[in-house]
Amino acid sequence: MKTVVKYLYGFRDWIDARFPLTKQWNEHLAKYYAPKNFNFWYFFGSLALVVLVIQIVTGIWLTMNYKPAADLAFASVEYIMRDVEWGWWIRYMHSTGSSAFFIVIYLHMYRGMLYGSYKQPRELLWVFGMFIYLLLMAEAFFGYLLPWGQMSYWGAQVIISLFAAVPVVGDELALWIRGDFVVSDVTLNRFFAFHVIALPLLICGLVVAHILALHEVGSNNPDGVEIKNNKGADGIPLDGIPFHPYYTVKDIVATVVFLIIFAAVVFFAPEMGGYFLEHANFVPADPLKTPDHIAPVWYFTPFYAILRAVPNQLGGVVAMGMATTLFFFLPWLDRSPVKSIRYRGWKYKTALAAFTVSFLVLGWLGMQASTVTYTWMSRFFATVYFLFFLLMPYYTSTDNDKIVPDRVNYP
Amino acid sequence: MTRLIQILCGFMVAAPLWAAGNGPGLMDAKIDLSDQASLQRGARIFVNYCLSCHAAAYMRYNRLGEDLGISDDVLKENLMFGTDKIGSTMTIAMSKADAEQYFGVAPPDLSVIARARGADWLYTFFMTFYRDPSRPLGANNLVFKDVAMPNVLWELQGWQRPVYKQKTNAKGNTVNKFDHLEYETTGILSDKEYKKTVQDLVNFMVYLGEPIKLKRQMIGTWVMVYLLILLVIVYLLKQEYWRDIR
Repeated sequence: MKTVVKYLYGFRDWIDARFPLTKQWNEHLAKYYAPKNFNFWYFFGSLALVVLVIQIVTGIWLTMNYKPAADLAFASVEYIMRDVEWGWWIRYMHSTGSSAFFIVIYLHMYRGMLYGSYKQPRELLWVFGMFIYLLLMAEAFFGYLLPWGQMSYWGAQVIISLFAAVPVVGDELALWIRGDFVVSDVTLNRFFAFHVIALPLLICGLVVAHILALHEVGSNNPDGVEIKNNKGADGIPLDGIPFHPYYTVKDIVATVVFLIIFAAVVFFAPEMGGYFLEHANFVPADPLKTPDHIAPVWYFTPFYAILRAVPNQLGGVVAMGMATTLFFFLPWLDRSPVKSIRYRGWKYKTALAAFTVSFLVLGWLGMQASTVTYTWMSRFFATVYFLFFLLMPYYTSTDNDKIVPDRVNYP
Repeated sequence: MTRLIQILCGFMVAAPLWAAGNGPGLMDAKIDLSDQASLQRGARIFVNYCLSCHAAAYMRYNRLGEDLGISDDVLKENLMFGTDKIGSTMTIAMSKADAEQYFGVAPPDLSVIARARGADWLYTFFMTFYRDPSRPLGANNLVFKDVAMPNVLWELQGWQRPVYKQKTNAKGNTVNKFDHLEYETTGILSDKEYKKTVQDLVNFMVYLGEPIKLKRQMIGTWVMVYLLILLVIVYLLKQEYWRDIR
C-alpha cells in the first residue's frame, strides 16, 4: 500500500514538474477561499455547470442518431425515442435540460440582483455571464428547430422574420440567416452546425472566463461584505473557507436535490403539460400550414410579450433587444454604495419586487393568444420592466441604505 | 405521481395546463395504459379501421407484439396485412399523391398523434362524427370542423345527426343553434359498446404515441428511490465536514 501511495505521489510530482496541476487544484478548489455564509441562492452557479455537462453529454449521444435534414429530422427523433436503446431517456434529459438550464440561470442572475454581485469589482464577471446568457438563448433557439415539428418550424420563421424589421437591409438579412426564402433544409442544416459546434464552443470558453474572473476577484456573499478586507495573519480571509471540501460537499447535496426534481420531470412529466415539449411540436413541420397559435417556449415568453406590446415591428424588436441587453449595464446603473438587499433601503426593494412581478407576468402573457386586455397589460408591465433599469441611477443613489457590517453574518 | 408533479408544476408556472387549442367540452377518455387487453383490442381496431389510409411509420410490429403480449404468429395472422416482416414499421400502401387526390389532404401519420392532440380530444373526435350532406364524404365532426376524413367507424356506431334549438340572438333574430347529437341509425354496437371500443382505440393510440411510457414511469420510481437514499448519504457527509466550521 505504502509503495502504491509513494508511486502516486511520484506521478503527481512528475506532472507538477511539467503542468501546474497541484497549483490549479489549489487556486480553484482547495485554496480558493469562499465566504462561509453562502445560502440557497449560491447553489445555482454549480448547478448551471451540472446542467451544461448534462446537455453536452446527452447532446453528443443525440447527435449519433439525429439526422439534420428536413425530410429525415422528425423521423430520426422518433427513431431515437423508440428504436435507440435508452434513446427516450437521453432525449428527455436533453429537452428537460434546456428548460432546467434557463430556470437555473434565471435564479443565478436573480441572485446577482439580490446581493449586488455585479457591482465593483465584479463588473467583468457579470458581463461575461451576460454573454453566456445571450449565447444560451441563441443555443436554445437553434436547438428548438432541430426536432422539425410545427412549433420548431414556425417559431424559427417568426423569430427570423424579426430581422426583416431592420431598416434598409432587413429582408436581405433575414434571407442571409435562413439561407433560403423560407425556413428550409438549408436553415435546418446551418442551425444544426450552430447548435452542436459553434455555440457550445463559445459557451464553454466563456464559462472558463467567467470562473477565472470569479476566482480572481473572489465570491460575493449574501451580506455583500468583501471578505478580502479582513484577512488573518496567514493572509487567509477570516470569513473564508476552502471551497474544497466545504462547498464541494455542500454543492453535491444541492446537485442531488436538483437531480431529484430533474428526474421527476424526465421520468414522470417530460412534456411538463406542454411547457417543456409543446403539443404542436409532435406534428411534423408543414411549410404550408401555420398553426393556430404560435408561442415560443416558456423561457422566451417575457421577451415575446414585450415584442408584441409595441405596435411598431421595428420598435418591438428594439424593445425586445433592450429587454435582454439592459442587464449588461447593471454594474453602472446601480449607484448604491451597498451591495446586498439586506442593507438596501425601501426604494431598491420596491423596485426589485416590481421588476420580479413584471418579469413573471410578462412570461405568462407571452404564452397567451393576444387580446386587447392582454396587450395593454403587456404594455404596462413592460414599462415597469424598463423603468426598473432606467430609473436605477436615481433610486439607488437616493435610497436610505443601512450600515453594512465589517464581517459576514454567520450563525 | 405524474398527476402530482404536473399539479405542482402547474402551480409553479401559474397557468392552466391545457392553455389553448383544445377548447371546452372535451369528453374524458379515461384511458388506462396498464390494461393490456384494452390495448390489444385497440390495436385490432387500429389496424382494421385506420391503418389503410393512415400509417404509423415510426412503430414496429414486433415492438407492438412485445409490449402488448402478442405472439409473432398471432401478430402476423391478425394484425399484419401489408407485410410479413415482423420488424417492419406500420406503413401503408397508399401513396401520398393518391391520398391527396382521394381526400384533398394526405391523412397524417398517426404515430405521435395522441401526443399532439391528447387522449380526450381523440375520444371526442371519434364520438362526434355526424351526417352532413354538404360535405364531400357526407360527414362532419364537432371537434374538427370540416374534417376531410370520412366517418370510418359508422358501421360500428351508426349515424348521428345534429339537433338544433331555436334561440334569439343579441339582435333579436331567431337563429338555429347546435344543441346535441342524436342517433339517426344504429350500428353493430350499442352506444355503451361503441364507447368502450373508442376507449380501447384511444388507449392504443396513446400507447402508440410513446411506447416506453409505462416502463419509463417504472424506472423513474427506482431512480427516485436511489436518489433519495443518495441524498441522505451526501447530506450526512456535508454535515460531517461542516461541523468544523461551526
